Amino acid sequence: MTPRRKRLLAVLAIVVGVGAAAVLASLAFEENLLYFYSPTQIVAGEVPEGRTFRIGGLVTTGSVQRSSGSLEVHFVVTDNQESIPVRYTGLLPDLFSEGKGVIAHGHMTDSGEFVADEVLAKHDENYMPPEVAESLHMPTPARTTE
Amino acid sequence: MNWTWFHKLASPPHFYRLAGRITPWLGWPAFLLIVIGLYGGLVLAPPDYQQGDAFRIVYVHAPSAWMSMFIYGMMAIAAAIGLIWRIKLAHAVAAAAAPVGAWFTFVTLVTGSLWGRPMWGTWWQWDARMTSELILLFLYLGLIALRASIDDRERADRASAVLALVGVVNLPIIHYSVYWWNTLHQGSTITKFGKPSITFDMLWPLLVMFVAFKLFFGMVLMLRVRGEVLRRERDASWLREELTR
Repeated sequence: MTPRRKRLLAVLAIVVGVGAAAVLASLAFEENLLYFYSPTQIVAGEVPEGRTFRIGGLVTTGSVQRSSGSLEVHFVVTDNQESIPVRYTGLLPDLFSEGKGVIAHGHMTDSGEFVADEVLAKHDENYMPPEVAESLHMPTPARTTE
Repeated sequence: MNWTWFHKLASPPHFYRLAGRITPWLGWPAFLLIVIGLYGGLVLAPPDYQQGDAFRIVYVHAPSAWMSMFIYGMMAIAAAIGLIWRIKLAHAVAAAAAPVGAWFTFVTLVTGSLWGRPMWGTWWQWDARMTSELILLFLYLGLIALRASIDDRERADRASAVLALVGVVNLPIIHYSVYWWNTLHQGSTITKFGKPSITFDMLWPLLVMFVAFKLFFGMVLMLRVRGEVLRRERDASWLREELTR
């Protein structure tokens, strides 16, 4: 084996070795790398009890209820299989709307309601002008006229 | 196969002159395309149906993110060539590329944060995409620091090359993070296979910016490699002749 060939193998060994180590590590930590849980996972009991976590899914159309005189808002998060009711007090992001992606951080109560202390909007990778979205019947967020 | 061109390319005097000649051919098109791309993206493209005008930050964010990974990949290949074939110029290229890659990564993180605040409702979340991109920045900074901390040039080259190769594992993690794990960050809009999920009037300025950023990087790299060669070959006779010509 020439020295150059040895160095070539050493370089390949570094890349492959580190890659294999990364795969093993990510498999071992898979649960901790989950940024959020879906309603199905929550119903199936995959979330450790008594821990705060994030729930992610779509806001069920027609489920958003605001209470007058406070910032409290109720809505339902669904993955089109299971649904979880969510309660949140605070300001919602601009992109929060029914039928759209949402991620909430908080904990489950005994009554099966998720109490959120932070709500984030998750948008998708689709970009299009409003007219195109309208012709495709995409739900657009209700914008306040300014 | 005839490798003469490759050996010629690896010769510092040849590359020094070549880099000087092609710099304007990269720089001016880059400048022109950035002007066209920004005008197309910020003025001509329609607002997004969900995000309104805020989506326009994609015209800087996505090309920067792409460059942050492209530069790392290129740097790692240069480092591998330097290690295996003992080509000094390849190490010079890797050394010259690292700070540029770090800046593109920084721009990616800052524009992403500025975008995330109004759209998602947060400046920063520890989701897999954002965390792996932050690790990329730390890798670049680590490489710059490692190189700066070793006085002996050859040892610095070799140590940096090994670290650069170790960091390659992060590139697929960044790219596939949005598919492998649940993330706040959305998936890819433009994929190699399949139709991009963006309309053409919004897409073309993005593609122009992709090309522009690449040319810009090419220009900066040529300037920086020339600087590296000047520093590394400061005692060489060809350089004295070159500079007194």
